[in-house]
Amino acid sequence: MTEAFIYDAVRTPRGKGKTDGALHEVPAVRLAASALTSLAARSRLDTGLVDDVVLGCVEPVGEQGADIGRSAVLEAGWAESVAGVQINRFCASGLEACNMAAAQVMSGQSQLTVGGGVESMSRVRMGSAGGAWMVDPELAFRTYFVPQGVSADLLATKYGISRDDVDAYAVESQRRAAAAWSEGRFERSVAPVKDQNGLTVCAKDEHLRPGTSMQSLAALTPSFAGIGEAIGFDAVIQQRYPEVERVNHVHTPGNSSGIVDGAAAVLIGNREIGSKLGLKPRARIRGFASIGTEPSIMLTGPSFSVEKALQRAGMGYGDVDLYEVNEAFAAVVLRFMQVSNVWFDKINVNGGAIALGHPLGATGAMLLGTVLDEMERRGLGTGCVTLCVGAGMGTATVIERV
Amino acid sequence: MIEYQVDADGIATIAWAMRDRPMNVLNADSMGLFKTLVERAIADPAVKGAIVTSAKDDFIAGADLQRIFETLEPAPFFERCTTFHALTRTIEKSGKPFVAALNGTALGGGYEIALACHRRIAADRPKMQLGLPEVAIGLMPGGGGTQRLPRLIGARAALPLMLEGKRLDPKAALKAGLVDALVPPAELLAAAKAWILSRPEPVQPWDRKDFKLPDGGAWTPRFVETFMAGTAMLRAKTHGVYPAPRAIMSAVYEGLQVPIDAALRIEARWFTHIVTSPEARGMVRTLFFGLQSANKLANRPKAPAPRKFAKIGVLGAGMMGAGIAFVSAAAGIEVVLIDATLAQAEKGKAYSVGLLDRRVKQGRMTAAERDAVLARIRPSVDYAELAGSQLAIEAVFENRAIKAEVTNKAEAVLAADAVFASNTSTLPISGLAEASARPERFIGLHFFSPVDRMMLVEVIRGAKTSDECLAWALDFVKAIRKTPIVVNDSRGFYTSRVFGTYVNEGLAMLAEGVAPALIENAGRLAGMPVGPLALADEVSLDLMHKVRAQTKADLGKDYRTGPGEAVLTAMVETLGRVGKKAGKGFYAYPESGKKALWPDLAKTFPLAKEQPEAAELIERYLTVQAVETARCVGEKVVVDPADADVGAILGWGFAPQTGGPLSLIEGIGLGDFVARCERLAQRHGPRFTPPALLREMAAKGASFYNKAA
Repeated sequence: MTEAFIYDAVRTPRGKGKTDGALHEVPAVRLAASALTSLAARSRLDTGLVDDVVLGCVEPVGEQGADIGRSAVLEAGWAESVAGVQINRFCASGLEACNMAAAQVMSGQSQLTVGGGVESMSRVRMGSAGGAWMVDPELAFRTYFVPQGVSADLLATKYGISRDDVDAYAVESQRRAAAAWSEGRFERSVAPVKDQNGLTVCAKDEHLRPGTSMQSLAALTPSFAGIGEAIGFDAVIQQRYPEVERVNHVHTPGNSSGIVDGAAAVLIGNREIGSKLGLKPRARIRGFASIGTEPSIMLTGPSFSVEKALQRAGMGYGDVDLYEVNEAFAAVVLRFMQVSNVWFDKINVNGGAIALGHPLGATGAMLLGTVLDEMERRGLGTGCVTLCVGAGMGTATVIERV
Repeated sequence: MIEYQVDADGIATIAWAMRDRPMNVLNADSMGLFKTLVERAIADPAVKGAIVTSAKDDFIAGADLQRIFETLEPAPFFERCTTFHALTRTIEKSGKPFVAALNGTALGGGYEIALACHRRIAADRPKMQLGLPEVAIGLMPGGGGTQRLPRLIGARAALPLMLEGKRLDPKAALKAGLVDALVPPAELLAAAKAWILSRPEPVQPWDRKDFKLPDGGAWTPRFVETFMAGTAMLRAKTHGVYPAPRAIMSAVYEGLQVPIDAALRIEARWFTHIVTSPEARGMVRTLFFGLQSANKLANRPKAPAPRKFAKIGVLGAGMMGAGIAFVSAAAGIEVVLIDATLAQAEKGKAYSVGLLDRRVKQGRMTAAERDAVLARIRPSVDYAELAGSQLAIEAVFENRAIKAEVTNKAEAVLAADAVFASNTSTLPISGLAEASARPERFIGLHFFSPVDRMMLVEVIRGAKTSDECLAWALDFVKAIRKTPIVVNDSRGFYTSRVFGTYVNEGLAMLAEGVAPALIENAGRLAGMPVGPLALADEVSLDLMHKVRAQTKADLGKDYRTGPGEAVLTAMVETLGRVGKKAGKGFYAYPESGKKALWPDLAKTFPLAKEQPEAAELIERYLTVQAVETARCVGEKVVVDPADADVGAILGWGFAPQTGGPLSLIEGIGLGDFVARCERLAQRHGPRFTPPALLREMAAKGASFYNKAA
């Protein structure tokens, strides 16, 4: 099998996903194109050599609809021979896009590809794409559909994770992210978004709340208690988990991932194309996996997908130096720690989506760049990225430096 | 069966008149004729339009349930549905105006015929009912209702009507949009005719090119929210045990995304799915036919002639006595409510004041009507006032001596042909009757609490109770508009005896180390209204403890120790947690806020390492009750299978989706049920051992319901 290498990874800053966010005025296709443009510029890339651009996007409707992969290629002014495709693995779309881009290379059917993702959450709201899973009564009933936040709260309840636990986790995420920014640890990957005049629209992540404390978090009210009780989602998930007497709603906006806008792109190719272009590979893709898990609790996928990917690579949890476990909700990472016995000093060392935000379709690709940057900074060999995924899935990718 | 005439103005009247039936119903015969008449009206060039109405008191009561299960093969049933839909589409697209003149109750398929007409005009008769109530008996609208009603009034308004099976009076129906106009009954046909003569355009809204769903089209945010929230609410409410409401949700969701003809096929597929389900068969059998035959006193001895009750006595004005006095007075019967002190008797009457005041406040009753009911209840301490009563019901403490005393005092005053009834729930009737001077006129009338809301009365025949006494007791139950079942005397009779097995199974699980929340939730997932531990708290653990001690004393060496007894003993004797009334039992009852399982419960009864699946517990709950019911049949405690099933659902809320414990057994198949019992008996003990009756029936391929088999 051909080996796939990561040659470069860039991301836009994550703009606050609200109407007053810096990236709200930027159409999603331009946000995606911004990442592609930055990627091409940094490597002085002859885009005509790229076979395919695979972009993750979770709400592919409206301006994000109709194959934003190809739209972004055209918007970025890349060679017209570059194909583009949009894929959707919910929250792991960005990572899945990289995995699929890598798979094309590994199978020998492509030599140079881009994996990445985009989500303008301020412009295309979560839930815009609808979907049978949550709306079709037959399927929703059969699979005990509840909104993700209720799943996260059940996850915390079932595995003994308290409000204090999730808040303490969030405080640390904010502290780590703020430290990472002040030390310039994200500089290698973050490329500012510029307008048609070359003026900078956004250069820095906007969602961080440095100085977040247990007290400030304690003041927040749980986000999902209302719908859990009023609509009956608590009762639904309790019927799936009848050992639970009542759902303890611990997640708030302060200990859940932030809603942001952003895009990312990762350049992936075989060894020959690197030599041809004079590019030095930064990492080799050791393996990846996606897996389905129980859909109602929904968020247990990370450990299962990591185990599947590690097993394929002939590795164990202990063989990985650094992990990025997406902070969709604090309990997801805490549960991953319980299962994996991996210590917190190896996980999300520069903070995560609680502080930085989670632009759904892009996050996975962003995390791949984040873990690679930190492996290089610390001189470590292996890294693993994983995300929990809607409808009960997990996706993971294991990389090693070369 | 259906009358047809065309008047001088060219208006055809198609009037349903099934003379050999109490009500008009849809079946192959009536629908065949209806189709012919509809086609005649359409084909006749002299006919301008047609009125669909009824020459009977009701419009059409719905489908003929006796014949709906004739075909249980999906293909022919689906075929039957599409034939019906073809006819309604013929009406809709005929080019001639059809108007439904709803002179009386139009439910289910009856209302669906009205929906297929271009206009619905109803007579303003407050007692008549309109709606799609199929779900109440495990069915769903199958005549286009799930498609036409949401297109008429919007999915969000239509879904609750169908999911809850609401029956509306004409005013409410007009407000909800189920009918277009209300007119005085005498003017109904004239109004229908006038509408046809006004030359309306006979096109249904959904057949127009510019048709839009009333509350937004498919995949609008409102649509998404309706189904996402609606499905969750449905599961939260029903614990997922009923197929019919699920099918209604799906039929509406899928149907609203396509044009009406495809939508009707979608409905037909779901309807076929539901009609061929064991849940529909069980629920129709028990909640329609069983209930109907119980209410008609099917088990009443033919002689004597029905008796009218003008005056009764209620002895003991506690919770039960007060409730019995209320329902009797509300049914127009004079009640003497006797207790030891006048204050206590008056307190019993005050219960009725509270209930009636609420009804007046809600506008369900006038102040004058309330006063008339209250005037019929006379609190007293004097047994002499019982004179002239046709019936006395004692509802005093569950104590043989006290009961004997009131029996004697009452019988001293009562006429020779008066009935004496005991509302005991635990003491055998034949034993209590020993205190009576005329045990042939002594019977058990076991009411359920709260009496005003619980529909069942368990009528218990003592060893010496006469046929005449039984007949009169049943007449009384009918007079107060309750549903009677007839059982023979036994410890706990039928309902308390079987209900107790459910609670005991929960205690047994606790003793085994099953997580308390799992015990409770599995109960609800089985279709039971409340978890067994919560129920035990309601009943109160010390009462259960006492009853057990009494049983032990009565049975002596025949007594067999139950599986959860250690739990009960610990709770009552060691922990002093006797239930809700004490504010502490299996649950903790904080002064403010909801009850929660006592946190130390898992410490007191340590959790087992391996926890069972909920499905195992559900199987145990349902099986232990069903096998006990089969024992009751074997011991002739309950004779009529319909009484067993109706009594279980109405009496203690036994999983209604099964159609009752005997329907559950029949649904599983007797052979498989016996095998299941044996498997459970091996694992959990002899309480699951199938009785000889079941084994014999299984061997013969016999059935509780189908005696011929």
